[in-house]
Amino acid sequence: MIVDHNQGHLKVIRSALSTLVYPLQYVVNLPVEAAVWISNSLVTRSNLLEENDRLKQEHLLLSSKLQRYEVLETENRRLRKLLESSFRLNDKVLIAELVAVELQSFRRQIVINKGQREGAYDGQPIVDASGIMGQIVHVGPFSSTVLLITDPNHALPVQVNRNGLRAIAVGTGQNDKLLLEHLPNNVDIRVGDLIISSGLGRRFPSGYPVGQIEKISRDLGETFAKVMIKPSAQLSQSREVLMVWPYEHINEISTEAAELAIK
Amino acid sequence: MIAIQQPRQGNWIIVMSFVVAIMLMALPLPDWAVNWRPAWVAIVLIYWCMAVPDRVGIAVGWFLGLLLDVQQSTVLGQNALGLALIAFITIKSYQRMRVYPLAQQAVLVCFYLLLYELIMLWITGYLGTSTRDWTYWMPAITSMLLWPWLFIVMRDVRRKYHIS
Repeated sequence: MIVDHNQGHLKVIRSALSTLVYPLQYVVNLPVEAAVWISNSLVTRSNLLEENDRLKQEHLLLSSKLQRYEVLETENRRLRKLLESSFRLNDKVLIAELVAVELQSFRRQIVINKGQREGAYDGQPIVDASGIMGQIVHVGPFSSTVLLITDPNHALPVQVNRNGLRAIAVGTGQNDKLLLEHLPNNVDIRVGDLIISSGLGRRFPSGYPVGQIEKISRDLGETFAKVMIKPSAQLSQSREVLMVWPYEHINEISTEAAELAIK
Repeated sequence: MIAIQQPRQGNWIIVMSFVVAIMLMALPLPDWAVNWRPAWVAIVLIYWCMAVPDRVGIAVGWFLGLLLDVQQSTVLGQNALGLALIAFITIKSYQRMRVYPLAQQAVLVCFYLLLYELIMLWITGYLGTSTRDWTYWMPAITSMLLWPWLFIVMRDVRRKYHIS
């Protein structure tokens, strides 16, 4: 146990055993999959039409936003070139699906159906459509375990989008609450501020939304303010998640591939 | 004289029962029921240790615990230690347990599981991931309530497939 906790020697054993366990988890997940499939195939025509309409509108909205975004990106690149700093590439992503199995209670962890085969690695960031969800802690051949940002053992380097103030967001064990730690009472922070990942710590890519400030309680007797965040990711609802390969990692892989190609 | 070896029947029944127990541990439950989930693997292990102590023992408990550790992504060895200990105690006391009435057995099972949970709590406490929620101890109670039912079902299964 101590060896597993402090060092990484037992990863091989764990991933070998996880091949044994994964079929069981897969079977447990089957009824859920079936229910989703049935409800998908029994949708009425009017519902589909409605959804189609909504999606078309959304698509229009998003593509108009995208035009602006492209302009901004080229401008950003130009400005960064002026400053002679390296520009950020787009991150590579892959969609993974949740496996509906229960893990240890009192911890916030989920299982996803992508593993070593798809190139998942320890510490890989996981996001959903609206924000950061967590990071991979155990990789198996076919599945991996994700530690959510709301787990009491998880801490995430963040910054306030409005003024760039840096902080650490710590999980509380509750699904809809994060805590910003060690912020002084007089710090410039307001309810409703958007919190984004800062990319310090070099694990999570910077600029992904983490949550919004929900409550600030400034007690003069205390050294630090108590700041609560509501996570923007749908931690208890999403079924599809995105695995992200941040910029540096892609670079490593592509240089490796280039070296292989040269050989 | 060499004792005549009975053919050992029903190994696959024992394996299947453990597979089902692990699946029940992984089954998603509604939020309010999660902390009340019986410790399926532990009670099935107690049953087999009591019924066929010469076939299911500490090693089986240890291996099951490792599988459970991987499934629940706890530290490797946490559940293994707990289940091996449960198997050990049950094997030490199976002769007494067999003659107890069902209710008394259930209370004993409850105590074994409380011990198991205490060890889990120590380990997670050392790792800094423990909880102070009182519902942490609930699996022992639900397992105790479930024991008479599980015992009768498993006994019928065991008799049907002549496992001894």
